[in-house]
Amino acid sequence: MTAIVDRRPDPGEQPEVPAAGSAEKRSGHRGGLRTRIIGKQPIGILLVAPYAVFIAVVFAFPLGFAIWMSFHDYYFTAPGVTVPHPFVGFDNYIAVLSNPDVLASFVHVAIFLVINVPLTVGLSLVLAVALNQAIRGRTFFRAAYYVPYVTASVAVVGVWLFLFGTDGLVNQILGPLAPDPSWLVNSTWAMPSIALFVTWKQLGFFILLYLAALQNVPKELYESASVDGAGSWTTFRSVTVPGVRPASALVVLLAIVTGANLFTEPYLLTNGGGPDGASTTPVLLMYQQGIEQGKPDIASAIGVVLVIVVLIIALASRRFAGGRES
Amino acid sequence: MTPTRPSRRSRTALVAAMMAGALALTACGSSGGASSDAATAKGPIKIWYSNNATEIAWGKQVVEAWNTANPDQTVTAEELPAGKSSEEVIGAAITAGTEPCLIYNTSPAAVPGFQKQGGLIDLSSFADGTSYIESRSGDAAKQYASPDGHYFQLPWKSNPVMIFYNKAVMTAAGVDPENPPLATYDEFLATAKKIVDSKAAPYAIYPSPSSQFYQSWFDFYPLFAAESKGKQLVIDGTSQFNGPEGLAVNEFWQQIYTDKLAGNEAYNGDSFADAKAAMAIVGPWAISVYDGKVDWGVVPVPTSAGMPADEINTFSDAKNVAMYAACTNQGTAWDFLKFSTSKEQDGQLLTLTGQMPQRPDLPTTYAEYFAANPSYTLFAEQAARTVEVPNVQNSVEIWQTFRDAYSSSVIFGTNDIPTAMSAAATTIDGLAKAP
Repeated sequence: MTAIVDRRPDPGEQPEVPAAGSAEKRSGHRGGLRTRIIGKQPIGILLVAPYAVFIAVVFAFPLGFAIWMSFHDYYFTAPGVTVPHPFVGFDNYIAVLSNPDVLASFVHVAIFLVINVPLTVGLSLVLAVALNQAIRGRTFFRAAYYVPYVTASVAVVGVWLFLFGTDGLVNQILGPLAPDPSWLVNSTWAMPSIALFVTWKQLGFFILLYLAALQNVPKELYESASVDGAGSWTTFRSVTVPGVRPASALVVLLAIVTGANLFTEPYLLTNGGGPDGASTTPVLLMYQQGIEQGKPDIASAIGVVLVIVVLIIALASRRFAGGRES
Repeated sequence: MTPTRPSRRSRTALVAAMMAGALALTACGSSGGASSDAATAKGPIKIWYSNNATEIAWGKQVVEAWNTANPDQTVTAEELPAGKSSEEVIGAAITAGTEPCLIYNTSPAAVPGFQKQGGLIDLSSFADGTSYIESRSGDAAKQYASPDGHYFQLPWKSNPVMIFYNKAVMTAAGVDPENPPLATYDEFLATAKKIVDSKAAPYAIYPSPSSQFYQSWFDFYPLFAAESKGKQLVIDGTSQFNGPEGLAVNEFWQQIYTDKLAGNEAYNGDSFADAKAAMAIVGPWAISVYDGKVDWGVVPVPTSAGMPADEINTFSDAKNVAMYAACTNQGTAWDFLKFSTSKEQDGQLLTLTGQMPQRPDLPTTYAEYFAANPSYTLFAEQAARTVEVPNVQNSVEIWQTFRDAYSSSVIFGTNDIPTAMSAAATTIDGLAKAP
């Protein structure tokens, strides 16, 4: 029978601290260097490798290459064709920032975000709260809100053209109040129409995020609010909204990032950024310049400016929309 | 320095090294290119053709005929991969070095860009290259030569655009369906008003109001070619559309939009087939598409004062064949290119697709076909008077600049025409002269 010895230190006793460098002494100098390079668990490197390679190939390389292109006179060539790509400093950025069409496209996206982000946050939260209640047909409504999100924009654009066209359903209902020219060919209403379309299309995804977040709000808080005599609105404002604040931060961030990358909707819904360029976006111009017109250097400069602007907005939103919690 | 810090840094360095390795692998992915003796090399080749049913039928039979006669130099044919546009797909393939030897759907507007990429083989470098192209297409071939006189594309087929009209709609509007007055701008506008006022159709005509660079080829350019008696948008580095002919065409279309005779919203379908519009600007490909669906007639595009039909020019809407840099067996590719554009195969193309081979005297060369298919004769005659997009650097950017000016001044009226077109002309002159 083996005696069990309790080796736990007494509460007042200091734990034994191994002498500095003892590990190195045990494994030798080479082992220490190896540990310093690949860590104590080398398999961790192996496990992280696929994702590291993925990040490198799909994100880091294109971003780094885009930044490099934006500082050079660059165009795509066939393999084996060598052409000089001279360093041009900030010339591409000057060209981009002095182009009124590019500046206008950033204003258009700003208009889009001002409409789309609050609408997305507000509507998806309210609808998520509603769908979280024990209402009749809850599963049907959850699926119904999700359908536009999983349907290709190309397919649903036709429905919106039918709704918001000159002779569309919306104008027929509005009668003399309908704008002239109609929504999608009206330079004032084109971008708000796109913002509304995108809000509707993406709502299902954000409702899903909020539904998940709502499951984490402690029931006790609602019970306490009820005991304190709080009404529905007060409960929503004082319990639900703070309870899902981390999710709100995520929703705001995702809405900003996807909104800033707007392309398909102006390409299809308003004839490629129309009317008369009133709904162009930076990504649409990047497509025109980089892919159609063979100027990837200019397109990259637009892209880099867009990344910087989105980062600034995202950081600001994180500060105001729940950074501490997240 | 604590013991853990160097360790973290080392791990970071290792991850960075792995990323760098991945980047190096990515960079190694692009290599190759034609070898110096590729021009005479014989062997298997690959080609791409358009993905519409009639051209697939033509492509299959020409490949089969070749492969039967040349079992040691087989041709593999594939449809052009799907993308937002053929030009986008081909441009990406050139960059990746994955393009086939020949593409039977090369847009002339994209050729200067592909040439700049180093993606095209100079067909004039073949001993009989220039002579074959010019003997096959006659004087029309010159429009497709690069500024240095070399051919990087073989003019293959055209779809000269004309005005298709719906006879039933014309009748409903009280217009003679066999001889509708559409020759002058005034006649065209009066007929268009009749159609809309009578509610025979919501719109008289519905060219796409989209901002894509190529849309001007189907509204402004055919009428400009006719009005200017065959001028291109840019000649010798100078824009031509800012003169009286261009102004007349722009004012005509502006009137169409101002009077709501054409829609300025995107239409999700075929406005002509759906009877949303009474007329359309299309090429002979449309005959087989609308056959049995619309009782149609066809007239040349209008001019301000009217012109005899046999003097009217129009946009060619051509698609050509180019040989691409990744081709290793260029000898076979050149032989197959000549085989597939021979008189016999051009006859097959005409028969199977209804599109016009880029040959002079089509009505006499294929007299039997036109006797059996008289509806194509007018297009064949028109094919002799077509205007191509100018073969200049920055071609796509030039057309986009023009389209933007056209959209703002003509379609949406937010700018006056002379101001918008003068600004566009200044920009385009600079682009046309730029390297």
